[in-house]
Amino acid sequence: MNNNDTIKKTLIVAISLCLVCSALISFSAVELRDLQEANKTLDKQSKILSAAGLLTEGTEISELFESIEPRIVNLETGEFDSAIDLDQYEESSFSRDPNTSIELSSNQDIALLKRRENFQTVYLHYNSQALNAIILPVRGYGLWGTMKGYLALEPDLKTIIGLEFFDHKETPGLGGEIDNPKWKEIWKGKEVFSDSGDILISVIKGSVDKSSDEAKYQVDGLSGATITSNGVTNLLSFWLGDMGYGPLLEQLQDKETKGV
Amino acid sequence: MSKAKEALLNPIFNDNPIALQILGICSALAVTGNLYITLIMCVALTTVVTLSNLSVSLIRNHIPTNIRIIVQISIIATLVMLVDEVLQAFDYESSKTLSVFVGLIVTNCIVMGRAEAFAMKNGPLLSAIDGFGNGLGYSVILIVIAIIREFIGAGTFYGIEIMPLTTNGGWYMANNFFLTPASSFFIIGFTIWALRQWKTDQLEEPEFKISKNSLEAEKRITS
Repeated sequence: MNNNDTIKKTLIVAISLCLVCSALISFSAVELRDLQEANKTLDKQSKILSAAGLLTEGTEISELFESIEPRIVNLETGEFDSAIDLDQYEESSFSRDPNTSIELSSNQDIALLKRRENFQTVYLHYNSQALNAIILPVRGYGLWGTMKGYLALEPDLKTIIGLEFFDHKETPGLGGEIDNPKWKEIWKGKEVFSDSGDILISVIKGSVDKSSDEAKYQVDGLSGATITSNGVTNLLSFWLGDMGYGPLLEQLQDKETKGV
Repeated sequence: MSKAKEALLNPIFNDNPIALQILGICSALAVTGNLYITLIMCVALTTVVTLSNLSVSLIRNHIPTNIRIIVQISIIATLVMLVDEVLQAFDYESSKTLSVFVGLIVTNCIVMGRAEAFAMKNGPLLSAIDGFGNGLGYSVILIVIAIIREFIGAGTFYGIEIMPLTTNGGWYMANNFFLTPASSFFIIGFTIWALRQWKTDQLEEPEFKISKNSLEAEKRITS
């Protein structure tokens, strides 16, 4: 009769079980890592393309993405920075590291980020040498968690091509409607800055009065999701402002006017 | 009925893990907003419970009694992590939506319950069949809930539009309550009621009876 309850047997079972289990998990993690990474990249690329309205059915995403040039930008100065390797840049680690991020004071921190990284990747799309679209990663707090997305602007740097969220935790059917294609459609053609450069874009409560002068800066609110709607407004005002891509957009604008 | 057939079919209606044993309710509330996601979850859970029953049963004669729960949990956790890895590699979209709920299969009482109650005492094949049967029983209830929630909450069936929503220019004003997990409580409740009306042996004895008001009772109180 075998006795399972001796200390020796208990230890043998426990240790061998741990070894088998950990070997299985390590094996699967290593084997599947490439596929998982590829999935993540593909997902990100498709959202970037979709924000810029470049996603077409039937064409490989990686092929479409070749027309897009990622650049690291220094958010402090607004200048492109080629010192940082694109592959090494990771938003989450950069925004946590005190050396590469700054703490936001409560009146700066309208999108509730706590810290902002000093560098970001922006995506430029060229159409035969001329800038066709600029895609900016944006994020901010909604109701349940951080909403992360991409905002694509026309070369005039104030007209929106599209806004696409790739990660959020909003309530399905209410705040989750930020993924609704109908709602995303409204953003196209809206303007973010007034002529004097103020950030006017906002998601309002209810529907936009089309006859008003403000209509081109306003987007219909999501019914039942005021906090999410406000979150979207706040994250846009933050990232388009001085603490976000403001300096970059200014630089690009200057270049544009000088070029002409 | 043969033992294997019994192990496979009983958990579906006669001894359903959700409806009769009221186990595994948490995920039944959380992931039933949309039929496709629910199906992925059902496949994930059925795989885990089948394989965990099989592996626990295979080594059941060698598991020391005082660490048996730890052994079971380790096996289940390993399987869940494997399922999660596979899902991330092959169906990234669903794994994003399911997020933490795949990981939470570890804490699903059905998996643990079957390992402890069945696989520890029965042979590998029978245990695997029992696990699969319980996975099916779980799936049946989840699919019913998901169909109802998706239909009323979003007007769609498996993502196909049945009732066009007002937000998309149609006529159906979606009932947002059905998109929130709380609605599952009501649907599970009604499902259990319907099942017990059909299989009356599942009805529970009332815990106490309210006696009728009578003259004698009144006399007893006053005297």
